[in-house]
Amino acid sequence: MTNIAFVRKKEIPPSAPPITEVGLIGWLRQNLFSSWLNAILTVLSVYFIVIMLWDFIPWAYGGHWNTKSLRECLDLDPDVACFSVLAARWKQLLFGLYPAEEYWRPTLTFIFLLLAIVPILFPKFFRFFWFSIIYPGLAVWLLWGGSFWSISIVYIGLTFGTLLFLSLIRRYLKNYMIAAILAFLFTAVFFLFISNPLVALLNVILPISLPFVESLKMGGFTLSLIVGVTGIVASFPIGILLALGRQSNLPVIKMICVGFIEFIRGVPLITLLFVASVLLNYFLPPGTNFDIVLRVVIMVTLFSAAYMAEVIRGGLAGLPLGQHEASASLGLTYWQSQRLIIMPQALKISIPGIVNTFIGLFKDTTLVSIISLRDPVGLASTIRADQKWNGIYWELYVAIGLMFFIFCWGMSQYSQYLERKLKTDK
Amino acid sequence: MSSPTLPPSESFKFSMLLSDTRYRGMSLQVITFIIFMAVFFWLVDNTIKNLALLDKDVSFNFLWLRAGYDINQRLIPYTNDSTHGMAALVGILNTLLVAFVGCIIATILGLFVGILRLSKNWIVAKLMSAYIEGFRNVPILLWIVMVFALLTEFTPAPRAFKGAEPEATMLFFESVAITNRGTYFPAPVLAEGAYWLLLCFGLSIVAAIYFIRYANKQKKDTGKSLPTFWVSSLVIVFPTLILYFAMGQPVSLEYPYLKGFNFKDGIHLRNSFLALTLALAFYTSAFIAEIVRAGIMAVSKGQSEAAASLGLRPNKIMSLIILPQALRIIVPPLISNYLNLTKNSSLAIAVGYMDVRGTLGGITLNQTGRELESMLLLMGFYLAVSLLISSFINYFNRSFQIVVR
Repeated sequence: MTNIAFVRKKEIPPSAPPITEVGLIGWLRQNLFSSWLNAILTVLSVYFIVIMLWDFIPWAYGGHWNTKSLRECLDLDPDVACFSVLAARWKQLLFGLYPAEEYWRPTLTFIFLLLAIVPILFPKFFRFFWFSIIYPGLAVWLLWGGSFWSISIVYIGLTFGTLLFLSLIRRYLKNYMIAAILAFLFTAVFFLFISNPLVALLNVILPISLPFVESLKMGGFTLSLIVGVTGIVASFPIGILLALGRQSNLPVIKMICVGFIEFIRGVPLITLLFVASVLLNYFLPPGTNFDIVLRVVIMVTLFSAAYMAEVIRGGLAGLPLGQHEASASLGLTYWQSQRLIIMPQALKISIPGIVNTFIGLFKDTTLVSIISLRDPVGLASTIRADQKWNGIYWELYVAIGLMFFIFCWGMSQYSQYLERKLKTDK
Repeated sequence: MSSPTLPPSESFKFSMLLSDTRYRGMSLQVITFIIFMAVFFWLVDNTIKNLALLDKDVSFNFLWLRAGYDINQRLIPYTNDSTHGMAALVGILNTLLVAFVGCIIATILGLFVGILRLSKNWIVAKLMSAYIEGFRNVPILLWIVMVFALLTEFTPAPRAFKGAEPEATMLFFESVAITNRGTYFPAPVLAEGAYWLLLCFGLSIVAAIYFIRYANKQKKDTGKSLPTFWVSSLVIVFPTLILYFAMGQPVSLEYPYLKGFNFKDGIHLRNSFLALTLALAFYTSAFIAEIVRAGIMAVSKGQSEAAASLGLRPNKIMSLIILPQALRIIVPPLISNYLNLTKNSSLAIAVGYMDVRGTLGGITLNQTGRELESMLLLMGFYLAVSLLISSFINYFNRSFQIVVR
């Protein structure tokens, strides 16, 4: 009797997975051709990408860089890009009408900007934060010029006020508000009566100054960055205050904040810029006239502060009520609990919204071209009005768009990095 | 029993207004209010002084004066003999038209892109995220001028359609002409009896709505679901179609045709309108796509797994479980993006489209010199629109939010 039962004695070695499931083919099957619909979509997408690149690569790659006018480009080869316009006008696109011999000033300001934001973006370098604090004054002095001392006096005054406030609290008073009011009064006295003679004196002793450049000369990306960066820096604290004001249980303050936020959010930025350029003279004492760039910066700041306030309010609303109650039960005052408990968490939740507002603000700086300031978009039409470059579109627009894209995309990437870094829960 | 002794009441000191938490809030508010009113009156006072210096007054009478300028796109009758008020109204309608059409296109595109962005297909997902990042990170003003340049520079002139062997041809069976002066579509012409057709169409829609309500009630009562989509589509389409042929086709299309160097008849959409609408729609669709994606991803995976374990089919899971929950998250930011689109439409000036900012806040303002009044009216209009929309958002939030505790 033969035993027909079969028992395997040795384990079979695992066979290789089918070729259709691994490697390149497997990846293709899973990601691109998993179903009929997907296959069709893939083919359509590839077709689309190919025809885009088919036109774009020869156009961009063969582009002319050193012709004198668009006419010359078209005579050489009408089917490729004419980047000569960028070669001829890149200084204008970057600096506007800034005097050519002073180009080093905006350039240096930009380099310092990169250095100044490093301590804010990366906590590792926080010990260089002092540079971020002196940067605004430095930038104003470099860009507009004038006497070095008239800018430094602002810093001296503010330092004086802060030190006064701190020492008042440490030594004599327990009440923040009274100390703040006193410090404010003394600082005001300093600025009203002492600063001007002091600046005059310093100018005589040690004259340091740069040639003055007026605001209407600012243009190009320098202008976008001036308006954008100032707006971003200034709108953040104002936005926080507005958000707190809106959440406040003091009805008058709440009403003012709600009214402000809803008004600003209800009208387009353009109308506000028109108010800044046309109507502001009505609201100020007769005869006053202040810098147009400053007016625009103020309007842009107020505009994005209102949006910022709403974003932060969202973050505040997202916090459980227990956090407020717990911090109150620990005996923290309102500002202590805001600073130590509420705001860090609320701001963390609202990082994406905050960065989106920043990006929006930076993009909105192009709107100043409509009140005839020379930002890149405004300059593009100025350049196209030139006989030599009349009829050029894509080269300019692509270049400007790319610049904005780099800045905005960089900001959004940083926000995603920050979100990942601050994530405490899964 | 001893009564609890109260702490000795402190006598009121003036400094307590600032230091005591009982009074501090109040005194803070009073100070703020005084400062606010002071600033307010300072501004009003300055305005009055400035107006007196310029020998101007505040009056809205200019709205009833002859405007004297033409508007190339108008939805209501308007000539240059009409009043400034009419010009403002034409502008308002133009703004609303751009906003309405733009919102529809942006929603469709945004839904499409947002869903495809979640696709498992690698190349499609990457393409869609390139679309989103591209539109979101470049200023809208640049997109508007770029689309305008595309429409005016890369489309044939009307005369290219001329001749036996024209350089350019009309699309869709000789019905749509894309030219550098705008795009021409066939226009519907209503003959006698067309109103009956419209009435019939309206009634069928009402009937379909009633049927859907009935079907929902049936489902709630018995658990049986009726083929709602098919039945309501048939109810809407068939009676109108039958009536259309029975009455001898009372609605016909008027095709645009070339006459001289331009197209005649049909609906003419100007490039300014198209550029503005399309650019706004593309730009906003990128934001909507992200909202849609976030909304769908916010519905936790457990929901779809639970639904699957109850035996629901994938399309039922989508329509009954995922979408109702995702919509609750999607709709409020979606509407606020509509609002953004409406406000961004004020960039019409970049392509010369006559929206309310172009008429009331542009030519009227310059002609009459009434900056203050025009800007007030203009801001009032935008404020009204945005308050209307935000009150709708609040209403939506109140009625659809999940009730907790």
